[in-house]
Formats: sequence, structure tokens, C-alpha cells
Amino acid sequence: MADTAHLEAHATGHDASSHHEPTGWRRWVYSTNHKDIGVMYLVFAIFAGVIGGLLSGVMRMELQEPGIQIFHGLAAMVYGIEGGEALDAGKHMYNVFTTAHALIMIFFVVMPATMGGFANYFAPLMIGAPDTAFPRINNIAFWLLPPAFILLMLSLFFEGTGPTALGFGGGWTIYPPLSSTVGHPGPAMDFAILSLHVAGISSILGAINLITTIFNMRAPGMTLHKMPLFAWSVLVTAFLLVLALPVLAGGITMLLTDRNFDTAFFKPAEGGDPVLFQHLFWFFGHPEVYIMILPGFGIVSHIVSTFSRKPIFGYMAMAYAMVAIGFVGFVVWAHHMYTTGLSLDVQRYFVAATMVIAVPTGVKIFSWIATMWGGSITFKSPMLWAIGFIFLFTVGGVTGVVLANAGADRALHDTYYVVAHFHYVLSLGAVFSIFAAWYYWYPKMFGYMYNEFLAQAHFWIMFVGVNLIFFPQHFLGLAGMPRRYIDYPDAFGFFNRISSIGYYITFVAMLVFFYATWEASRKKRPAGDNPWGEGATTLEWTLSSPPPFHQFTTLPKIDSTNAH
Amino acid sequence: MALIPALATAQEEAGYTAGHPLPGQFHLQRSVTPIMDSITAFHDGILMWTISLIVLFVLALLLWIAFRYNARRNPVPAGFTHNTLVEIIWTVLPVVILIIIAIPSFGVLSDQLTTPDGERKYLGSNIFSFGEVAVPAPELTIKATGQQWYWDYEYVDQGLAFTSLILNEEDRTATKPGQPRLLAVDNELVVPVDTTVRVQVTADPLGVIHAFAVPSFGIKIDAVPGRLNETWFNARETGIYYGQCSELCGRDHAFMPIAVRVVTKEEFAAYMAAFKDGDYAAASATLAAVQ
Repeated sequence: MADTAHLEAHATGHDASSHHEPTGWRRWVYSTNHKDIGVMYLVFAIFAGVIGGLLSGVMRMELQEPGIQIFHGLAAMVYGIEGGEALDAGKHMYNVFTTAHALIMIFFVVMPATMGGFANYFAPLMIGAPDTAFPRINNIAFWLLPPAFILLMLSLFFEGTGPTALGFGGGWTIYPPLSSTVGHPGPAMDFAILSLHVAGISSILGAINLITTIFNMRAPGMTLHKMPLFAWSVLVTAFLLVLALPVLAGGITMLLTDRNFDTAFFKPAEGGDPVLFQHLFWFFGHPEVYIMILPGFGIVSHIVSTFSRKPIFGYMAMAYAMVAIGFVGFVVWAHHMYTTGLSLDVQRYFVAATMVIAVPTGVKIFSWIATMWGGSITFKSPMLWAIGFIFLFTVGGVTGVVLANAGADRALHDTYYVVAHFHYVLSLGAVFSIFAAWYYWYPKMFGYMYNEFLAQAHFWIMFVGVNLIFFPQHFLGLAGMPRRYIDYPDAFGFFNRISSIGYYITFVAMLVFFYATWEASRKKRPAGDNPWGEGATTLEWTLSSPPPFHQFTTLPKIDSTNAH
Repeated sequence: MALIPALATAQEEAGYTAGHPLPGQFHLQRSVTPIMDSITAFHDGILMWTISLIVLFVLALLLWIAFRYNARRNPVPAGFTHNTLVEIIWTVLPVVILIIIAIPSFGVLSDQLTTPDGERKYLGSNIFSFGEVAVPAPELTIKATGQQWYWDYEYVDQGLAFTSLILNEEDRTATKPGQPRLLAVDNELVVPVDTTVRVQVTADPLGVIHAFAVPSFGIKIDAVPGRLNETWFNARETGIYYGQCSELCGRDHAFMPIAVRVVTKEEFAAYMAAFKDGDYAAASATLAAVQ
């Protein structure tokens, strides 16, 4: 890691960058500036996150009590129908909500926030680059996202299975035949496919840009093995995107032609195989979950080091653990398919391969702890989020080990245990890392300091809320409650009620988040170049806050004797 | 929170004899097959302990760090970045733990996917054994076909088929008030106790994917159009065991329960004799009415 003391060149100040800075709407729409694009990604992710979060709120309200309380009423309002018709329309609408919640949170919240927002903004700063390698690709990568999001939103308003069943309700896994014309004859699914295509192109372009930037634009002296871990995590993630997304694109293109041009890739009656789609989907889908979590690994490493005032423990192991996780992540996909009828040998292989992932993941958890060990720790809000991440990710990780065992998965597959597991690693893991990054880099991005009390209140309320939502879901899953159910046997009522109460608490936490952001932008407390002190050693802290429009017009030199 | 003791009492009163979840249940459903015995032993005996101890260990380390290494108590940070010994330990120890998990895991899995031939011994609750539970070869084959949104069942060798639909609330309270809402069906799948039953699972060839699951039996397998999947169970207690469709299949995914009624061999023989002409109602009339 670069030590600021060894830098010969610094930010060149605001004056050097004053040549033709675009202003007004042109600055944003035409932007080729990685920082402005990064901020646009973050704003987009927050906007999409509000929609995705509200969708889950309606679902939790529905599940608060046994029986159907909300959705038949919603359907009655939307379609102007009553009785049994409204009930059926409501059941479909519930499935549409679960599907939209997942797709929005994955493709339009977590990925834009981490790889779009923080990676775009901070990877170039951390490696001492003036911008990304392909600024115009960066622009188009961002501007493909709003149309992708609009396509997904449009899909909600087109026919799914009938005139009073709008939208696609087949889950984010879009398994045919439910997603083919058998299950969803209307155009809603086609809109969803096109949305995923456009979002996928956006991500691939962004990933190519980041790979090229990291390989070619590191400051003199910054070898790969001196590169900050966040840049490492972005590099690994970008490779996962480039390798995984085309497989999804292939799969959904076949689905599209099955739906519209009479091909039969996944139609069993004509010699196709629906399970083939599942293989293609999960070959993408499993790396996708690492795409969502790896940038968080990088973020947490920096925060833990900064607030412990101690260098990262086991830097090389940390970097190569991420490479290992990325690599093994490509050969474990069928652990999502233990119940499809895979043979014994195939299931044995996927059990063994999946369990291997626990080893590099353990290395990361323990290395974070070792980084804090012996440190002089201040518990500022970014550090609280990072420690929260480590704990919650551990909880989500160990239930992953349980599910990796096909023998145990038999009882837990497609139950709420799985829902609890992946929300612990994503909704609590990835999202906590995003908030950690937000509070860590907020002063750098916007130049102002937020109110520390509000940021900590946000953390504690959300920590309580999300645990209340998701911990009881382990119990529901063990007791056998299947996923994606609008209604459940009365026996599951108790823990569902607790889970819904957790949602309301989390909702309050989000209000605190928005208030804290508003308060910070209103009070305008100058943050200074480096509000975190000597522990913050990466290059972005050598720049002004916010950084100049173009930074590093003279490249910083990284001392070759500088160890991490 | 005061509800929890009350719930625990309620569960004790029910004696865990039910083949369905109980109010506030926080653990696996009660096992009545050697396969579910092994899943329960594996989960409750090994996995649950391992993951709980790991989480508590990490939590303890984090709390100790917060207590010992905060800036007030430890104003001068240490500078170390490597320690080969602990790095080796935290790489090798997880490998050892995983191997300890993997050994019973592979046994439990192999049992599930190996249809009994009468010779092979199954693990049952003793998952570290080499198999000590004898299971007879299948004597009955049933076929479950997932439809949108109900199950078709067939006694394959007898060529007898019937359809099983969820009971709506009106019918349930009228005919089977003792059965749980959303789980009760009009026609249960009737099988004999202590008999190995082969289950073939598929879906309507022009339909969508479903999944056939009965938690108390420890079985769950997808019903895929165009594929004939197979699993098996051998239930040791009579009763009604419920499951629910476990693969998203559209609007009424939550409303196509599975109800397997395990009866004595004598009852089953009488039931099958009455079923000869394909009249399920006549056959089920030979059994005591489900309350």
C-alpha cells in the first residue's frame, strides 16, 4: 500500500483542472469523468434501492399474518376486479413483487453501488490514475442502466400470464418453462429479458474499462502486489463479470428465441431441456453472488486497517484469497440444483468443491480480525459498519457451509433457510459494506462531514432491524416453510410476525440514513483532505475533498521500498 | 417473547407426533424415516454445533478486540502484518473441520440417492457408522405428477390414479377440521407403513417445474417436465405427513400441498382391494375418516 510520506507528487489542485470544466446538465449527461459517473451510479443505486426496499416492505406486510391480507386488495385497486379474481391476481402480483425485488436489488442496487459507484470513483484514485482507461465507455456503461431499469419497470405493466396478471412472476432465477410461453405467454418476460441484456452490456463494458484501467494505468512503482486491496477486489470482480455475464446473455437469448421464434432449447416436448437453462443460469448466477460481495471485501479491508491504525494483516493472502474465491466460484454452480435430479457422483463433486470456498473465506475473516488485533481502534461509523459486516457475513457464511452439503440441503432447499442465508451474505453483508463505504468515503466524495451520531444511529437501528428480519427465517426454513409463498400454514405465523417487525425497524433506519445525508449536505461541515488520520494510507486521501475534477495530472510515484 | 415458553409447552403436548410444522417450530420436522433420521443427526449433531461455535468464536474475538484494542486502552498500535504460524493454523484447521463434516455428509447423501436393494445398510441416526439400518427393497411404486396447481398420483404397477387438490377453507372446516389450513387435501396419497416406497416424480410435459417434498421423510425432488426423477422413503409410523410444492410454479405455488397418509399394511391391502376399479372414494372409505 502506498504510504503518503513516500509520494513525490500530489494533487495538482483545482487550478490545473480548470480547462473547460463542463457545467450544468452537460457535466452529468455527457460525463466522461469517473468521479461524476461514480456519483451518478450511487444516486441511481439509492433510487433503485428505495423501490426495491418498498417492494419487500409490501411483501413483509403480507407475510406478517397467515392468510392473504394485502395483495388481493392491491389487485382489486389495480385491475378493478373483486372476489376470487382479485385473489388470483393478487397471488400473481406477489410473485411479481418477489421477482422485481430480487432483480432490482441485484442488478440495479448492489452492482451499480459497488462496481458502478465506488469502484468507478475510487479504483482510479487508489492506483494513482487520472481517470479510467475508456472514459466514453464509462459514460455509455452508466447510461445503459436507466433504460435497463425502465425496461424492467415496463415489464411490470405488461401482460404476464393474463390481462389481470401483469408482470413476470417467475422469480429472479427465471427458470423455464415458467418463464417460457408456457408459464408467461405475455410480453412482460420479454421486457425482463431485454432489461437483463441491457444491464448485462452495461456491466460488461464497465468491467472491461476497470480491468484495462487497473492493468495499464497504475502509478509508476505501483506493482500489482502493491495495489490496494479494494483495487484487487474490483479487478477480480471485473473478471467475474466479463466471464459470467455472457453466459447469462446466452441463456436468456435462447429463452427469448424459445419464446418468440419457435426454437426449442428448453422445451421438453420438442427435445429441449429445462434443466439446461438452470446450468447456464447458475454458471452465471453463482459467480454473480461473488460479484456482489467481493468489492465489499476490499472496502472492509481498508476500513478495518484505517480505524485500527495498523497495516492490513496478510496482504498477499487477502489478495489471493479473493482470486481463489473468484476462481472456485466458477466450478460450484450446481449446488443450487441439488434437487433437480443430479446423479450421486455429480452431487458429491459439487459438495466437495463448494466446501472448498469456506477456506479462503475463512482466511479473509481471520485476517480482518488479525488486522484489528493489536490495533488502536476508534469506533467511528465506517468501522461499526465494517465490524457489523464481518460478523453478519460470518453468520451468512456458516449457513452456506450447511447448505453446501447436499444431504442437509435436501431438507433446506427452497425453504426460508436459504432466504435467510443469502440475505445474511447480501442484504446484510454486501449492503453493510456499501454503507461502510458510504460513510468512509462520503467526506472524500462530497467534501463535507456527516453527523457522526446520526451515522451510528443508522447503524445500530439497522443492525437490530435486519437481524430481526432474517434470523427467525432460519427457524422457518428448518421447520420447512418454502420460499416464494404468499401464504403459509398458521404454524409459521410467529416467526413471520417477528420478521415483519424487523422490517419496520429497518425502515426507520433508512429514514435516519436519508436524514443524515440531507443534514450533511445542509450543514456543510468541511471534512478536510483526510478526516481519518494516519491510518488512512491510500492515495485518495492525498487529494483534496472532494478531489479536483482531474486528479494526478502529475502521476504520483510509489516508493519501491515501500512495503504494505 | 412470553409466547416462547407457551409455544414450547404446546409442542410438548403435541408430543411432536404431527407430520406438519407446529406453532413457533424452530427446528427440523419430526423424522419418521431412516433418511430423515440421518439428516436430523447430521444437522443437529454436527452442523449446528460447528457453525454455532464458529460464530461464537468470531463474536468473542470481535468483542475482545473492541474491549482490549480500543484507542483508549491501547493508544499505540502494533505494526505486525504477518504471522506464518497463525496463518497456517487458520488455513489448515478449517480444512480439518470441513473434512470432519464431509465424511458423514457423503454418507447421508449416498443414502438418499441409493434406492434400497434389501442388502444395503443405511446410516439412520448413527451417521458415523458404516450403515446399520436394514431397509427392504421397494415393494410399491407411486408416481407423482406436478400440475398447475395440484398433484396427480398413480400406483404405477396397479395402474390406479387419482388427483389430490388442496381443500378450501369451507371444505376443510366442514370435512377435515383437525387438519392444518393450506396443508389439508381432498385425497391423500395412501401408502403402507414399514414398506419401502419408490417415488417417481415428474411434471405435466407441457407444464412447469414443481418440487415434491415431505419434510418428515427427508425427501425433496424436482418435478421436471420431460424427466422422470426418482426418490424413495420407508415410513415407520402411521399418520398423515404433509409437504408443500418447493419450486416456484406460478400463481398457486403456495396452494398445492402434498399429503401422504401412512396406514398399516392390513389397512393398505383393504384400501387397494377397494381401489381395484379405480374408485378412490370407495378405497378411502375403507380407512378411518380423516378428522
